[in-house]
Amino acid sequence: MQVIALAWWQLALAALLVVALAGCTVAGRLGMGRSLLIAAARTVIQLALVGVVLEALFAVARFHWVALMALAMLLMPGGEVVARQKRRLLGGWAFGVGTLAMFLSSFTVAVLTLTVIIGPEPWYRPQYAIPLLGMMLGNTMTGVALALDRLTDGAWQQRSLIENRLMLGQSWREAIGDLRREAMRSGLTPVINAMAAAGVVSLPGMMTGQILAGTAPALAVKYQILIMFTITLGTGFGTLAAVALASRRLFDGRERLRLERLAAPKG
Amino acid sequence: MIGAMSFPAKEAVLPATDALRLEALAIGELRGLDLTIAPGEILCLSGASGAGKTRLLRAVADLEPHEGEVWLGERAQSSLPGHEWRRRVMLVPAESQWWAERVGDHFPRDEIPGLAALGFDREVLDWPVSRLSSGEKQRLALLRALVRAPSVLLLDEPTANLDDASTRRVEGWLLSRIHEEGWPVIWVAHEPAQIARVATRHVRLEGKRLVEEVSAPCK
Repeated sequence: MQVIALAWWQLALAALLVVALAGCTVAGRLGMGRSLLIAAARTVIQLALVGVVLEALFAVARFHWVALMALAMLLMPGGEVVARQKRRLLGGWAFGVGTLAMFLSSFTVAVLTLTVIIGPEPWYRPQYAIPLLGMMLGNTMTGVALALDRLTDGAWQQRSLIENRLMLGQSWREAIGDLRREAMRSGLTPVINAMAAAGVVSLPGMMTGQILAGTAPALAVKYQILIMFTITLGTGFGTLAAVALASRRLFDGRERLRLERLAAPKG
Repeated sequence: MIGAMSFPAKEAVLPATDALRLEALAIGELRGLDLTIAPGEILCLSGASGAGKTRLLRAVADLEPHEGEVWLGERAQSSLPGHEWRRRVMLVPAESQWWAERVGDHFPRDEIPGLAALGFDREVLDWPVSRLSSGEKQRLALLRALVRAPSVLLLDEPTANLDDASTRRVEGWLLSRIHEEGWPVIWVAHEPAQIARVATRHVRLEGKRLVEEVSAPCK
């Protein structure tokens, strides 16, 4: 089965409807028109660029180009993790912790999945490697960002409580233990919900895409299960690493809570 | 009243503990503080609010970066891991914080000496923390700290939320415990009457220095 081609004018029709929606919100003085249009424009430009890059990448399929692409995909969400923090760690730590956590988890799990489980030839074949890594990084980023935000903002809110626990002679691990658990829960809840709801509440995007592209549903389901698991692994280990590193950074060598290492919230 | 007990009779059972010594301690505005508090000695610390009394206690407990050294006997603050130092040099803050649901979850064990002396039944351990009044919290915070068997007490206005009767009761109990255990104590206090009742020495924070008050009554 061949995928039905989409022409640009057909997309323009859908775009026109988005503009109409923006017009409606402006008419109703709901104040969302501008951001809606900017976001829509970003979608078009970003995806068009990715399309061009992927076409070129698939054409050459060299390892170093795939690796370069993977690196770029890692650094961009690293910045995004920083931007989503209300009180981020200062001195490059927010970026460092986020990026390192995503690198450790997403890259390891992606390489393992490619070499041991899927096994394309060669293992870094971009048609498999790039979408897999993209989905994992996107989800890991959300998990890491949510967990770090919960951790750093929570440490600020509960600073007297954490310090009182320190005063009673608790180690820093004990004193921040409850908060670490809350942060882990914040980071993992989205993937747990996604797994629990898969196929019942929502049809996962990749499976939908594969079925549209003509894959037999039974095979698409297998791929979707595999992806769900790798996303969970990436998010889980990434969140684990980020929470461990960041919570250590909240304390110094004398196990004192050092909140001046957090940036003040903007605005 | 426990406070009226004659102390010298018990001198023989006073356990040998270490003195607390501040050596060139500097934090915030305060510079070069030298102070030795002998075992069993209660040093009352007063001064205008914002003078840095609480920060001084926090430096002694090593909760804030500071210069200088604090000694517990022969042991330096910097030679012990932070949590081990703070388990020995116990700071009880003016406002206590409670993290678990049940009062009893904040105590390392169920055997708590002094519960009755401060006017509590054992049932209080099963109470939810939300039920405690500020006065009850303050008294339980003292019990919670003392049950961990510290070597030094740093008390930040330990009776601020208490009425007169409870204040006297807590003072009496603290004095007898301090005398039994021989802890060196820094006690932040405002009220001259209280200082007169509990202090063996009285030091006032003035500007950037400590001023010894000689008017403190001799016991």
